[in-house]
Amino acid sequence: MNYVASIGSYAIMIKEVFKKPTKWRIMKSLILKEIDELIFGSLGILIFISFFIGAVVAIQTALNITSELIPKNLVGFATRQSIILEFAPTFCSIIMAGKVGSYITSSIGTMRVTEQIDALEVMGVNALNYLVFPKIVALLMYPFIIAVSMFVGILGGWVAATFGGHSTSADFTEGLTLDFIPFHVTYAFIKTLVFAFILATIPSFHGFYLKGGALDVGKASTTSFIWTSIVIVILNGILTQLLLG
Amino acid sequence: MIEVDNIHKSFGDAHILKGVSTTFHKGQTNLIIGQSGSGKTVFLKCLLGLHSPEEGTISYDGKAYSKLNTDERRNLRQEMGMVFQGSALFDSMTVEGNVRFPLEMFTKQAKSEMQDRIDFVLKRVNLVDAHHKYPSEISGGMQKRVAIARAIVMNPKYLFCDEPNSGLDPKTAIVIDNLIQEITEEYEITTVINTHDMNSVMEIGKKIIFLKDGLKAWEGTNKDIFRTDNEAVTNFVYSSDLFKKVRQMYLEERN
Repeated sequence: MNYVASIGSYAIMIKEVFKKPTKWRIMKSLILKEIDELIFGSLGILIFISFFIGAVVAIQTALNITSELIPKNLVGFATRQSIILEFAPTFCSIIMAGKVGSYITSSIGTMRVTEQIDALEVMGVNALNYLVFPKIVALLMYPFIIAVSMFVGILGGWVAATFGGHSTSADFTEGLTLDFIPFHVTYAFIKTLVFAFILATIPSFHGFYLKGGALDVGKASTTSFIWTSIVIVILNGILTQLLLG
Repeated sequence: MIEVDNIHKSFGDAHILKGVSTTFHKGQTNLIIGQSGSGKTVFLKCLLGLHSPEEGTISYDGKAYSKLNTDERRNLRQEMGMVFQGSALFDSMTVEGNVRFPLEMFTKQAKSEMQDRIDFVLKRVNLVDAHHKYPSEISGGMQKRVAIARAIVMNPKYLFCDEPNSGLDPKTAIVIDNLIQEITEEYEITTVINTHDMNSVMEIGKKIIFLKDGLKAWEGTNKDIFRTDNEAVTNFVYSSDLFKKVRQMYLEERN
């Protein structure tokens, strides 16, 4: 019953978020601030993780090719498919649920416990629109960092495969272009946009409706990470079936 | 003027407000007192429109809040200023940013006009050198003064304060009390203060209502409070020996 009530509250929250902002000029500056915080602030960690995951995927694939019948270009092929189809859009979104999601929940949650949200509401400001809408708009740029993650992941795979002696650069590059289906990139970006919306709204929901004190801010951040990850994983399954199935 | 008529508010099975009626006049400091759990904060939040009473009406200069549409409610809220217990300053903004916020949000003033207004209110609350400091860089008393400046920057008709003296030393508490009273009288504001502080009650309580178990148990002025025989009020107000002696001296002086 609690879950049903939460889903209802979440839907009401989304409706409030998309109401007309009090002032567009202020909204623009908030959006730019959130782009800086949520998008550019996450670029470093995603580049770092993507590079090494790409490298590990290439090494693992190469080490598991035991038969001489399997072509060496499989390393590049497998790296490309893993990175584009799953690692960049889905795995990175779960990392972002921890990084960006906990930031959103704790910042909004702290505003709740210190009565800053009450202060906004007393002034007549639509607090949900003011706090959540800029985050949703900023995360529309999320596909940009996922594109960077794809590029860096594949680069990591190429570096590990060639410099680690697992494959030649020519074999790896041939694998990258082998049976390439452009729709796979479109599929990845569709997923990314859906996950971006989830990343902005579920953590905001947990922060905004938080009750209690400082300890509850910490608990809400953890709960928000868990639920954001669960929803991302479920939607990943549904979208994959719908778009590729 | 704010008229409250028979308001009831419950949370689940807990009936917090059980029919409170009173009137708060403009240009005077109206105090709500009572023990913890008596319903003071819920009452104040009902006045602010943060809670909707299940029964009864709250009218602001004759306009019943429950009959206003969303836009009218939003406009009314722009006529309200609120000083929260913990100040509730936006910690990502400087002192000046906090005071500027309502002006930027709701007015079309030119930058210079806005700056003049900010300088004026910060000077009015005796904060002239803190414009560019963040809330975490100033003392609790200064934070309260910034909160008052933010609350009055839009020239509100109604000012609400929730425990404005909590966490302040007695000297700063008196400064804050006097500031609220001066501003109330100077700008003819209807001010409602939720407090536990007996110094405030004695100093600025032009009208006091005492809540007990969700009901208005007593109403009067800071002078009346010395004379009242209401047991609930005397038990609450004169719970300390100091105030017992003050009352005794007052009554002896009168006799």
